[in-house]
Amino acid sequence: MTDASKTDAPDTDERVKEMSSFRRSLIRPELGGMVGTIAVFVFFLLFAFDSGMFNSQGVMNWSIVSAQFMIIAVGACLLMIAGEFDLSVGSMIGFAGMMIAVFGVVLGWPMWITIIITFAICIAIGAVNGYIVVKTGLPSFIVTLAFLFILRGFTIYIPQTLENKTIIGGIRDAAEGDWLGAIFGGKIGGGLFEMLGNAGVIATFERGSRMGEPVVDGIPMMIIWAIALIVFGHVLLTKTRFGNWIFAAGGDSEAARNSGVPVNRVKILMFMFTAFCATVFATCQVMEFGSAGADRGLLKEFEAIIAVVIGGALLTGGYGSVLGAALGALIFGVVQQGLFFAGVESSLFRVFLGLILLGAVILNTYIRRMITGER
Amino acid sequence: MADQSKTPIIQMKNIEKHFGAVIALAGVSLDVFPGECHCLLGDNGAGKSTFIKTMSGVHKPTKGEIIFEGRPMDFETPRDAMDAGIATVHQHLAMIPLMSVARNFFMGNEPVKKIAGINFLDQTKADQVTMDEMRKMGINLRGPDQAVGTLSGGERQTVAISRAVYFGAKVLILDEPTSALGVRQTSNVLATVDKVRKQGVAVVFITHNVRHAMAVGDRFTVLNRGQTLGTAVRGEISPDELQDMMAGGQEMATLEGSLGGTV
Repeated sequence: MTDASKTDAPDTDERVKEMSSFRRSLIRPELGGMVGTIAVFVFFLLFAFDSGMFNSQGVMNWSIVSAQFMIIAVGACLLMIAGEFDLSVGSMIGFAGMMIAVFGVVLGWPMWITIIITFAICIAIGAVNGYIVVKTGLPSFIVTLAFLFILRGFTIYIPQTLENKTIIGGIRDAAEGDWLGAIFGGKIGGGLFEMLGNAGVIATFERGSRMGEPVVDGIPMMIIWAIALIVFGHVLLTKTRFGNWIFAAGGDSEAARNSGVPVNRVKILMFMFTAFCATVFATCQVMEFGSAGADRGLLKEFEAIIAVVIGGALLTGGYGSVLGAALGALIFGVVQQGLFFAGVESSLFRVFLGLILLGAVILNTYIRRMITGER
Repeated sequence: MADQSKTPIIQMKNIEKHFGAVIALAGVSLDVFPGECHCLLGDNGAGKSTFIKTMSGVHKPTKGEIIFEGRPMDFETPRDAMDAGIATVHQHLAMIPLMSVARNFFMGNEPVKKIAGINFLDQTKADQVTMDEMRKMGINLRGPDQAVGTLSGGERQTVAISRAVYFGAKVLILDEPTSALGVRQTSNVLATVDKVRKQGVAVVFITHNVRHAMAVGDRFTVLNRGQTLGTAVRGEISPDELQDMMAGGQEMATLEGSLGGTV
């Protein structure tokens, strides 16, 4: 910006109020998520500090839960900004996990082939979702609702037909020593945690066969995936031209088309990315549990959408932030686990969640109106 | 004022457009010179929209010829016309209120820079260009990240016009840009049209408001029931005459009498 006094034309408009840089830097889509995160942490630091929630094990506990939410929230966030929903995320998680069990355990394929094929199938289903939405012009709410049932149905039917049961175990054995399996199911930083344990920074086991080992022996790949997806999503959305197309496709698809944005391609790709995120979630989960169950991922689509909305995204598209969605997922995870640590009756979790959702959405609406001049 | 010795950048010759049994355009001719503002006037249903849609590649003419920069043109899609340098700014703008001015300005044409072999959005350039272009048009933004939703209707028109010009429009078709605006905003848009014209862009300005047309127009073509009622040069025609031509003369005179000359 040039100095107003140096130019002939007045550089300021008397109707535009001066805004302090502090206020300007504060008014951003993530503000609601930031306020919520601070509030939640203050609350649990006050009421659950002595419960073990903030020692190494406790931190790892809610970090993993938050990371799970983050993985699916990133996909749901980008898709929502592009103007669409995917209600089949939860079913996709169950379906992807079951595919891994069927290929890797029942058919006995090598784990890396199993994982690659599962990803290919699930991303293709995401593309079908997107293609139907784009070509028919039907609301994605309806199309993906159909896939919610279709995929869940197959997730129950396939293991029952093949094995006469709805849970297939033995995945950990099948993935033993597999390089791709380790990328989803392994842990990293073991040496670092051993050092921290020896230095007394984090607690160690005091008896039993693992005596002397640190209670937290590494960072699960789930957390690494969450961070990687957040960074990828954030950079894609804010630093690339494709990101501009995502905003444009969701903001006004007709205006975007008139300006030469390939709206259909953007939307289909976002459906595929959402499916990718769901499959990452499912793969990490079956590696951790060692089994695939037909009821896995139930209601996850709503949890993802809630995290995204807490994070400041507009349900109708065109506005939102990946960082906000990640904070929304963090709030979600911390509240869910924190209430457990604080010894609160677990059914109250839903009450808290509802209150946070309502509070965040009201705050976000207010912030968004300040930014976009909506009335 | 356009230099009449130059060749027109676009010539529409005897354009006819039939939709089934309906004859929307029955042989309309019009030419536009670079740096000229050619006003296309006509009442609702006169064929203005059909005509400019033919010009911008949305419709193919049933009969007639389009000559652009001396060559006959056959636009298959609006994209062809856009690539040739014919841009349309519609009443309903290609603007997204939730997005920033800079993001809107470059929507579909984002500048990129390579970092480590990956194409990233060149935000610095986008911001710089947006601020510069907006200042040229007399709009002072709080910042390039200001949302389009915070701009007034007239300012949005101006953003759309300057975007079209920045991306190389040689012919700019403005479809009733002032019809939904207040007095002050209208004069801002008309001032923008004037600036654009002085840069050598040919402007086709569609309106049914004679006063707006008289304010910026170099030549005026009136459409009525799918036909041209003739083209007049600025200074050779009075606003009243234009008004009469648009409305179809006789009936309007009677009506005007009964309304005491207020229309």
